Amino acid sequence: MIEFKNVSKTYDNGVKALENINLTINEGEFVAIIGLSGAGKSTLLRLINKLIESTGGEVFFDGISVTKATGRDLISIRRQIGMIFQGFNIVKRMSVLSNVLSGRVAYNPTWKTILGLFPEEDKQIAYRALKRVDILEKVHNRASDLSGGQQQRVAIARALAQEPKIMLADEPVASLDPITTVQVMDYLKKINVEDGITTVSNLHHVDLALKYATRVVGIKEGKVVYDVQMVDIKKEKFYEDLEIVYGRPVHHDEVLGDK
Amino acid sequence: MDKISVSKPKKFKRNLIILTVLFLIVASAWFAGFNVIEVMINLNKGSRLLGRMFFPPDLSYLPNIVDPMVETVRMAIVGTFIGATLALPVAVLAANNFIKSKFLHGPLRIILNIFRTIPALVLASLFVAVFGTGPFSGVVALSIFTFGLVSKLTYETIEAIDYGQVEALMSLGANKMNILRYAIMPQILPQYMSYTLYGFEVNIRAAAVLGYVGAGGIGQTFEFNLAWRNFDRVGTIIIFSFFIVLIIDLISSSIRKRLV
Ligand SMILES: Nc1ncnc2c1ncn2[C@@H]1O[C@H](COP(=O)(O)OP(=O)(O)OP(=O)(O)O)[C@@H](O)[C@H]1O
Ligand SMILES: [Mg+2]
Repeated sequence: MIEFKNVSKTYDNGVKALENINLTINEGEFVAIIGLSGAGKSTLLRLINKLIESTGGEVFFDGISVTKATGRDLISIRRQIGMIFQGFNIVKRMSVLSNVLSGRVAYNPTWKTILGLFPEEDKQIAYRALKRVDILEKVHNRASDLSGGQQQRVAIARALAQEPKIMLADEPVASLDPITTVQVMDYLKKINVEDGITTVSNLHHVDLALKYATRVVGIKEGKVVYDVQMVDIKKEKFYEDLEIVYGRPVHHDEVLGDK
Repeated sequence: MDKISVSKPKKFKRNLIILTVLFLIVASAWFAGFNVIEVMINLNKGSRLLGRMFFPPDLSYLPNIVDPMVETVRMAIVGTFIGATLALPVAVLAANNFIKSKFLHGPLRIILNIFRTIPALVLASLFVAVFGTGPFSGVVALSIFTFGLVSKLTYETIEAIDYGQVEALMSLGANKMNILRYAIMPQILPQYMSYTLYGFEVNIRAAAVLGYVGAGGIGQTFEFNLAWRNFDRVGTIIIFSFFIVLIIDLISSSIRKRLV
């Protein structure tokens, strides 16, 4: 579904964020990417929908080169890939409905979307997406009036409105409180399991990775240093292995804690 | 308990700045031939003139200046509208985070800065020379001035937006036009409208004096009466203009406060 072939990324300022990444993500997986701050997690994620360009190698989505795609081809790849962010990145000065409908822009002629004209089917898609994350009652609210957790759910609904094959999440819960965190992660998991949407999420908390992911990929200094299917591994072994990713042992009391 | 001693804050730099500023003021006053006695004499002359203007003003003249005042306001409205409308697309092109091309931004910004720096009065006298006297020249001058002002403020606002919202729209397959419509416009529209209103406030004032160079409006009536030494009528014009400007300012700035 997603394939990295010898992918490298060096930023303009000379920082080598990723080096020679080879990674295949299969349909239906829930992959957690873990690693220290600055390891290259966001870079990896943003290469999948070409929010940034790689400086070496090639990324494929369903066998199509994302790296080489431009213009309309890139747009038709991107509309199949939903993405949610740490800062939610919904448009605060628009209504919840407009935000979710904006997930449909790539399926409609530009002159219509500019005028805010969306077909009834698209509105139904938007309502269904909002209902999916239990926030349909806020459909006519201004996005800025919502709490952080609600805003992230609107962001998920916007991504769902794309009817995506993949969902990318860059630290989706890093600015939320623990209770809201679990809510948002539960929605992501539900969408992954019920709709079969492949999910790739950067996570700071290893116990969230343990709880939700089917596979954990560890990045350290721009390289994949760890890659494990969670069904194959015992919890204790997983915690032990974290030393490979973080460079030192991680103690039980350092993680968010699920007893 | 031990006394905590902290080193004194260094005031030398501050004192130096104060001294320099004082020196500059005194030096420039001396350089400009500023003379206290002369000021007293002129003050006396000035107060006599003020007396002839305002004690009393010729209020019977008021009906005659309503039309030129309406023309002034109309000039400001049309000039603001044209200038601000043109400013929006140009500001989008001038912002470095929407289209990333140095060849576009550099030259465009230089042009915008030139437009903005030329006072409306200078522009107006230029256009009076080209198009002849009358409000048309004034409107063209105000349009260009507003264009320069609003486009600069707006492109700076575009450059300061939350880029995360733009990235989100990019990630879901939006093209440039959709990014503009769904990520940039919602973020800048209140500011843009506020700048436009501010431009209008500035333009009302400018429009009131533009007539002085023949570009229409109340300024032309003012100039005419001053030339004929109808000081009591000049007083009426000043009072009337003052109130109109004040009222428009109050309305406009209260709307602006609610916008942002
Ligand atoms: N736009 C950029 N320009 C230059 N360097 C960058 C840029 N973005 C990231 N980097 C650098 O690339 C490296 C990897 O960054 P990246 O954002 O991918 O890390 P991360 O694993 O997501 O970290 P975090 O957990 O803090 O989000 C870091 O050293 C970072 O400073
Ligand atoms: Mg990151």
